[in-house]
Amino acid sequence: MHDVLSQVFLTSLISGGIVAGVPLMFAGLGETIAERAGILNIGLEGYMLFGAYTGFLGAYYGHSVWLGFLAGAAAGALVSLVMVGCCVRLSLNQIVIGIVILLAGQGVTSVLQIAQFGTTYPRLDAAATLPIPGLSKIPVVGASVFEQPAIVYLGIVLIVASAWMLRRSRMGLNLRAAGERPESLDAAGVSVTATRAWATVAAGAFSGLGGAFLSIVAAGIFVPFMTNGQGFIALVVAMLARGRPLRVVVGALIFGLASSISTALQLIGVDISADVVNMLPFIAVMIALVLFGRQAYLPPALAIPYERGRRGA
Amino acid sequence: MSQEALAATEQHDGGVAAEPLVLGAEAGRSRGAAARGLDVLVRSIGPVILALACGALLLVALGRDPGSFYGSVLEGGLSRGNWQDTVIRMAPLLLIAVGFIVVFRAGVWNMGFDGQFLLAAAVIAGYGPQLDSIPTLPLLAGLFVVAALVGALWTALPALLKARYNVNEVISTLMMSSLAIGLVNVLVKGPFQDPKSIVPQTRLLPLSSMLPALPGTRVNVGILVTLAVVLVAHFILTRTAVGLRLEVIGVSRASAVHAGINVRRVIFVSFLVSGGLIGMAAAPEILGVWGYMRAEWNPEYGAAVIPFVFLARLNVLAAVPFIAFYSLLSVGGDLAARKEELPTDFMLVIVALILLFMALTEYLGKQRDLGESYMTEGLTRIWRRRRA
Repeated sequence: MHDVLSQVFLTSLISGGIVAGVPLMFAGLGETIAERAGILNIGLEGYMLFGAYTGFLGAYYGHSVWLGFLAGAAAGALVSLVMVGCCVRLSLNQIVIGIVILLAGQGVTSVLQIAQFGTTYPRLDAAATLPIPGLSKIPVVGASVFEQPAIVYLGIVLIVASAWMLRRSRMGLNLRAAGERPESLDAAGVSVTATRAWATVAAGAFSGLGGAFLSIVAAGIFVPFMTNGQGFIALVVAMLARGRPLRVVVGALIFGLASSISTALQLIGVDISADVVNMLPFIAVMIALVLFGRQAYLPPALAIPYERGRRGA
Repeated sequence: MSQEALAATEQHDGGVAAEPLVLGAEAGRSRGAAARGLDVLVRSIGPVILALACGALLLVALGRDPGSFYGSVLEGGLSRGNWQDTVIRMAPLLLIAVGFIVVFRAGVWNMGFDGQFLLAAAVIAGYGPQLDSIPTLPLLAGLFVVAALVGALWTALPALLKARYNVNEVISTLMMSSLAIGLVNVLVKGPFQDPKSIVPQTRLLPLSSMLPALPGTRVNVGILVTLAVVLVAHFILTRTAVGLRLEVIGVSRASAVHAGINVRRVIFVSFLVSGGLIGMAAAPEILGVWGYMRAEWNPEYGAAVIPFVFLARLNVLAAVPFIAFYSLLSVGGDLAARKEELPTDFMLVIVALILLFMALTEYLGKQRDLGESYMTEGLTRIWRRRRA
């Protein structure tokens, strides 16, 4: 047992968990903001795939990870405009359009990847890490937690900023009102459409960024369907976080750790079926849903389009 | 609120055949019906045509000839006996479609289709070859039932959570689906592994105990079972009180409660039936086409069926031609994509476009006061009356 808890195991577990958790964190953060405003993005996975593909292209041709992240976020934001146009502006069903974005994300990125590179998968150089002076010298935790690519630190800053924005700023108040009682926001003279549109674009941009992290940092390549259900896990993280960005970090990390356990165990020679270990996060969510599902709080106007003057449902 | 429920009852008891007859108004009404029929036709087929046109533009952008691509789709799906593959694939697709319609009518989203389908497939592919002592006919019938039970069982927890605590079913079914995919891999690589194979796959079902083909064709009898299910489902959904309850819940849970419907039970049961039908879809696929199952195998039928279920306005009978069309598109599309060196995922883009154009057509339809395809025809009528 002493061996299992060895330094190698812990370092690999934690650093793997963070790398796997960061895309979930970004996408979960975006979805949290959108859900607060009353928009449900079933197509999170689609944004992530577009972000992963475009981010990869940006980093590959631009020779800069930052260009890649920027391209990924921009692609996610651009695709979310479909959601804005159809669901926020035209009040179409959010789940239907979400499925559109999911299918389009899978199909378009896969077709473009093959049209461009055929069956070769060019690889990016490993992203540079930024060790925090002093802290990165601590054994185990130093190398695994305090030696991350700069985008991870930026992500933490964004999380804290979003938490502050949602709780303390007027913009946050407007966002929450758009999800709780859009008609009162409208009565207060703020455009529900504009508020929800911004929240949706934020979800697209953050998910795109998460996808870009996946292809640029975590994998170093783009493979069709590479998100492999992560968009849906991010959706779960956002729902269980009940609108609190800081809880999104915790949830994303738990999922990240659960998915890095199997690799870490293999590293120290414990042979356990990866299939079994990969089921752990889903079992965890189901247990969480059974235990806390009835307390889960979702904004009352979630997924309900706002039409001025319409009788309440 | 309860007026809706009452109106729905009225509508339902009247049925389609016995519309309130007012002599003299008959001619005007039938013209209205023809116009509305044309509307429905345009709104069902229009999105498909627009999506195919957009797909053609995409093909041009990718440097392919859309004419030859769609030509190969038709050829691959119809000519030289290929129509039989199209009919064979219709069986699982239609069962999945009916499974969706049952819950979508109640306004509940079953997104766990992949898991329900694959787990049922794994169980029958794993146990099927081991039960060779049972005569073929009872064995095959039994495996259909087992597939349905597995699918239903895998929906039980999300159904219970939804019915009792109103836990978001999109999340819970997705999680159960991912869980099932993991479990399938464990099962196929573990207890169901064919000892004679190094590839992770189940034992092969002997040819003699696979679904028999219809005389003179390769088409297995799975399609007949499916069509029977379609007829029964259509009858239950449109001609019985059970179907009415589902519709009322779908349009407003509050009015369903007012009308004295046991909402929890109806949601729970319809959810189980949905999972059961999607699980049953694995039976014609495994017992009729493959005879075994490989780990990581996932034909991903579910997501692509959803748009066609909406185009059919949640009507089981109307779903048949749409599913036939999609089946043709998918069988022919596989061949055409290979021929044109495009990934088969190109078909996903077409399906996404159909869905998008459908939603946009709905918007235009709504502007012209025609109701939504997320509602059944009867409810659309009530809705229209309410707005008037």
